[in-house]
Amino acid sequence: MSPQQDLSSRTGTTAVGPPGARPLKHRAKGRGRRPGLWPVVLICCLIAAFSLVPLVYVVAATVNAGWDTIVELVFRPRVGELLLNTLALVLITVPLCVVIGIGGAWLVERTRLAGHKAWSVLLAAPLAIPAFVNSYAWVSAIPSLGGIFGGVLISVLSYFPLVYIPVAAVLSRLDPALEQSAASLGLGPWRVFFRVVLPQLRLSAAGGALLVSLHLLAEYGAFAMITFDTFTTAIYDQFRSTFNGAAANMLASVLVLFCLLLLLAESRTRGSARYARVGAGVQSSPQRLRLGSWQLPAQLGLAAVTALALGVPFWHVGRWLIAGGAAVWERADLLQALLQTLGYGLAGAAVTTVLAFPLAYLVIRHPGPVSKVLEAVNYISSSMPGIVVALALVTITVHNLPAIYQTSIVLVAAYALLFMPRALVNLRAGLAQVPPTLDEAAQALGKPPLVAFLKVTLRLSAPAAAGGAALVFLGIVNELTATLLLAPNGTRTLATQFWSMSSEIDYMGAAPYALLMIVLSAPMTYLLFVQSKKAAGQ
Amino acid sequence: MSTWFTKKTFSKTSLAALAGASVLALAACGGSPAPAGSSAAGSEQGITVYNAQHESLTQAWVDEFTKETGIKVTLRQGSDLELSNQIIAEGDKSPADVFLTENSPAMTQVENAGLFADTSKKIQEQVPAEYRPSTNKWTGIAARSTVFAYDKTKLKEDQLPKSLMDLQNPDWKGRWAASPSGADFQAIVSAMLELEGEDATSAWLKGMKENSKAYEGNSTAMKAVNAGEVEGAVIYHYYWFGDQAKTGENSKNVALHYFKNQDPGAFVSISGGGVLASSKHQDNAQKFLEFVTGKAGQTVLQTGGSFEYPVGSDVAANDQLVPLKDLDAPKVDPATLNSAKVTDLMTQAGLL
Repeated sequence: MSPQQDLSSRTGTTAVGPPGARPLKHRAKGRGRRPGLWPVVLICCLIAAFSLVPLVYVVAATVNAGWDTIVELVFRPRVGELLLNTLALVLITVPLCVVIGIGGAWLVERTRLAGHKAWSVLLAAPLAIPAFVNSYAWVSAIPSLGGIFGGVLISVLSYFPLVYIPVAAVLSRLDPALEQSAASLGLGPWRVFFRVVLPQLRLSAAGGALLVSLHLLAEYGAFAMITFDTFTTAIYDQFRSTFNGAAANMLASVLVLFCLLLLLAESRTRGSARYARVGAGVQSSPQRLRLGSWQLPAQLGLAAVTALALGVPFWHVGRWLIAGGAAVWERADLLQALLQTLGYGLAGAAVTTVLAFPLAYLVIRHPGPVSKVLEAVNYISSSMPGIVVALALVTITVHNLPAIYQTSIVLVAAYALLFMPRALVNLRAGLAQVPPTLDEAAQALGKPPLVAFLKVTLRLSAPAAAGGAALVFLGIVNELTATLLLAPNGTRTLATQFWSMSSEIDYMGAAPYALLMIVLSAPMTYLLFVQSKKAAGQ
Repeated sequence: MSTWFTKKTFSKTSLAALAGASVLALAACGGSPAPAGSSAAGSEQGITVYNAQHESLTQAWVDEFTKETGIKVTLRQGSDLELSNQIIAEGDKSPADVFLTENSPAMTQVENAGLFADTSKKIQEQVPAEYRPSTNKWTGIAARSTVFAYDKTKLKEDQLPKSLMDLQNPDWKGRWAASPSGADFQAIVSAMLELEGEDATSAWLKGMKENSKAYEGNSTAMKAVNAGEVEGAVIYHYYWFGDQAKTGENSKNVALHYFKNQDPGAFVSISGGGVLASSKHQDNAQKFLEFVTGKAGQTVLQTGGSFEYPVGSDVAANDQLVPLKDLDAPKVDPATLNSAKVTDLMTQAGLL
């Protein structure tokens, strides 16, 4: 065993070595294949097959359209415009989210920042504000907001917590022994950060960045409100004009290609290092760096970010609420929308988390081409905008499963398709922190594999599951287009009602729905924030 | 020991929370006060309306209608062509009893798919022939006029376009807006297609791609005019009146220009209503349309906040509006308006 591996396994931190240095417990092939594995693989295949439904629908529509139609509809200037917009959006927004997310997390967790506890919550809080509520607030503030600048502004302010939260969680639990060793070998604080700390954040930052990118590809409401055209807004426009037009499906195919590229990029970043903490070594709490003269700029920077991400939406929602007075609260459908949103959020979160578990387990415990493909399949579905997934489900249920057409079953299924990666990313990180040795030890002590799994692995990954479920809930509260198409007749969610009012520029009438969406999202965001730290500490 | 205990408690509470969550969720989805979960079974005589009209207007109709007849109405909200295509995909299995639109092309589409029942005699008597198709497969329920909403601080009357067709000229580059993805605008283009032919329309759309700015919705386009982002927008008249009646915040710099002279820009678009042939509640569905086109339903248009034109039962328009007869609209048979062709042309022009 090399010294480096020894150090990392003792301290429970990441082995940042060459890929060949994968150590320890990887069983020799052929010997002792786990008896419980095949059912898991089978379940994962079924889930993957289910999540392939929208993709197959889009591909089938593309093939049916024929080559001439494809050429005519894909190779035209409009698609070039959309490509440029979407590409620029991803290339500018994701790095900004990563910089703000990691920078904020580092300041809050590893420096003597005044009020770091308050800041640590404030930086997670923007996740409770739906992107299209953010858009609504910013359009109220600057009516002419739009274009790539507007798109990037709204996206960064809405989505940077997706990077911040997991990175902060890892940073708060990172054992400083490795950094101390590096410092003792003569590295300055900056070099320690870039050479020791940053590589250990790779998994969480890449996962967060992937979520941000997928959001950017699928977001509709926020960009429609500020008139910034992406593939998703264009697909929605096409669907609104022709419901399932060839052009919309062609645009969706291009979007799917986009997603494949992103997944490839992310899996490259993730690498193959191990992240499990092995051994019971006592971890000292991280040392906080003195900020000195950097204290003021740091405070100002964080104040600016929170003022833009939280201050602007709260100010404008408050302004419209005051302007609307008591009258805006008298709408009969407010309570109905609140209850239905809550119901769908909870049901969707529960179903999605349960479905994601076998996949996460397979990916972490049995990494290989099969698990990679099964995992990627789920990301592809979620990268497609809600409207595409919804349309596939409408078409299939109306023709083949009329009994469940326009029932809540289909809508919950759509939520599971759309938000599976949120649960998956969290569960994956959580499971990666549960050392398989514990499970194996339980089995060695005579527990059957299933019991050992339930008693050890499932229990230890519960916080991660709760975090994933919270993220799914947040997604459902904000979901718009799939809900519009699939919901049972008469359904009104906060998101659909907010959208209906705000698109008639009835900003006062929309404000109570905006506030309720934030109120509903806030505890979930907090849960997510707390659980992600717990998960990182396992 | 203590950490093990907390973990144990935690996992138990979280599992219990998940279980509780699902139960609560099902309760909320299935048993909420509104008839949400009852799509398939439905109440015995209640009807389902696929509604592409503004929700607030239809809600006002529904409230009055239910008060008068006791018949419950469930609304499904969507846009014109989204819902028309959905009804066609659903075919005879459609849960819809009635379909209401903002414009007529979507009605024609459903009619051509053979999915509408005939409207009742009473409806035909209440709505003059010019506001319904001769086939009587659906009926007009309201009307709206095309206007050029302009920034009165920037444009004087002699600087306004004489015809909608002028907006394709290079001197209008970057100066006007529309909402090309909406059914409203697509109805205007379908009228242009009918009046001016395919070549002229295609050329106009290419000019529009060059000259105009696209916004999401007519209200937003008007708001952009008001904010000085563009000098004018092609929208329908009532967005301006609606905003004036509220705070006026989004239209205080805006005035309306009516093209008149039977110009394509003077097009009056008919909102439609029809009963689905597959409806299992034919009587109640017809009753609903009879109510909407009757005195009480049309009076909602006259006195309510929608500012759309009544078309039936001799109810006059809100007196703030230019009377329908004075608009000098071009003669277009709503049954000839073709939405599929319009979408194709707009896609070719790069607007969609």
